[in-house]
Amino acid sequence: MKTIRTSIIGFGAIGQGVAEVLLLKKEYLRSLGLEVRVVAVADSKGATFNPNGVDLAKCLVRKREIGTVALEKLSGLELIKRLDHELVIETTPTNIETGGVGLQNMRAAFETGKDVVTSNKGPLTLKYGELQEAAKAAGSKFRFEASVGGAMPIINLVNEVLAGNEVKGIKGILNGTCNYILSRMLEEKASYKDILAESMELGIAETDPSYDVEGIDTACKLVILANALFGLDATYNDVEVTGITKITPDALEMAQENGYVIKLIGEVSRKGLQVAPRLVPIKHPLAVGGTLNVASVDTELAGEITVTGKGAGPIETASAILSDLISIYREC
Amino acid sequence: MRISMDIELKDVPGQMLLALQPLSECRANLITVVHHHQKRTPRNTMPVQLVLETRPENLELLKARLEANGIRVVRVGEQRFRESVSVVLIGHVIHTGIQDTIDRIDKTGFAEVVDLSLSMPGIEKPSSALIKIDAVGKEELQKALAILREVSAKKDLLMVLPIGIQA
Repeated sequence: MKTIRTSIIGFGAIGQGVAEVLLLKKEYLRSLGLEVRVVAVADSKGATFNPNGVDLAKCLVRKREIGTVALEKLSGLELIKRLDHELVIETTPTNIETGGVGLQNMRAAFETGKDVVTSNKGPLTLKYGELQEAAKAAGSKFRFEASVGGAMPIINLVNEVLAGNEVKGIKGILNGTCNYILSRMLEEKASYKDILAESMELGIAETDPSYDVEGIDTACKLVILANALFGLDATYNDVEVTGITKITPDALEMAQENGYVIKLIGEVSRKGLQVAPRLVPIKHPLAVGGTLNVASVDTELAGEITVTGKGAGPIETASAILSDLISIYREC
Repeated sequence: MRISMDIELKDVPGQMLLALQPLSECRANLITVVHHHQKRTPRNTMPVQLVLETRPENLELLKARLEANGIRVVRVGEQRFRESVSVVLIGHVIHTGIQDTIDRIDKTGFAEVVDLSLSMPGIEKPSSALIKIDAVGKEELQKALAILREVSAKKDLLMVLPIGIQA
């Protein structure tokens, strides 16, 4: 049995999802010869740690009851630096302007020779090249499937399952909130504003929805795909971005009468990175509704491969984190 | 004007030259030649399809010169549009002059707006339009979309294109 001492840094919805999934999959992981021992959990207010393993079930209860997991006045960064462990699961909130604490956490993890699995887009969008270099120099593994498309496999699909294929381009719907808004506007023939309000009420859109609806989130994911799959060192500024705020119900209806739906499509190829509302033929594999994400990979040998799945949600995102964790430790 | 023309050549050497000379003399621009070597007409001639660009007033002279050279002209037709695209425009489509937007495309001679649906929900509200553009070829379609993109940027219209097509 191989023991992987792990910290969960960031204990919001996704961090808690990871804890739940680790509890749920304990026996399964053991059957693979992996003992995942969580030695530290940190949120923005503090942390708890125990070199022999913290009780994840108690952490979840404490977080729900008093709003924090903290028993000590310690930051995630300090834990990464001081506590001996192999893997940092980095699930702090995305900050695409500075990279936030996530960037510092990842840097510190690599400086101390730890592996990193993350769902955090900010550091990947801003400092991809630097982080990859740091991971390489430290001999650390760095995986981030959860940062793009939640449960929908795309990075590992291309890098592992489709290995050997040259990827000519990827296009898809990478933001579930925008997909929901556009799908509902068409169904209800309602204005963008009305459906946005509904989405906020349902918790599908954030209180400040601009990050989603202006196409920024999709652009960040495109940057990650461009860097991870095309070997570029692109940043957010390399993306031409148009959001969905100007889309009208009339336009959606007219498009439908002519056999199209309008979707916010992110597209990456060697020619460039672009996010814009696009007409998608109704029967095209990219024409998925609701909050679904979808991506179509145009490959040299295998032709076009399309995957679709839930783009958000704590358990769905944690599933991508779990698969990254397993793929790092299963074979070595 | 873009013209497609079917001609027939006798199966003896030097016929192609006799077919091309009049084109050059009439300043026609040859776009494509499809030479059906394997086929024979009942008259035992070889069919050849041409696509060329010429001024309409030169067309009769061109035909006469071809026939004077012993080349049979079987069919002359205006080139049909082969490529088509739908584009959604959102913004103040009407107030910024929809006619002007259409004219800019139609003026090219190689592309035209063949269909237009409009929706105007209210005076202050943005309107939406779906236009269909036909063009004689892929390249010409791209040129028409580039014009539309420029016009849309100037008029602050959001242009929504089908996937797989770049403006």
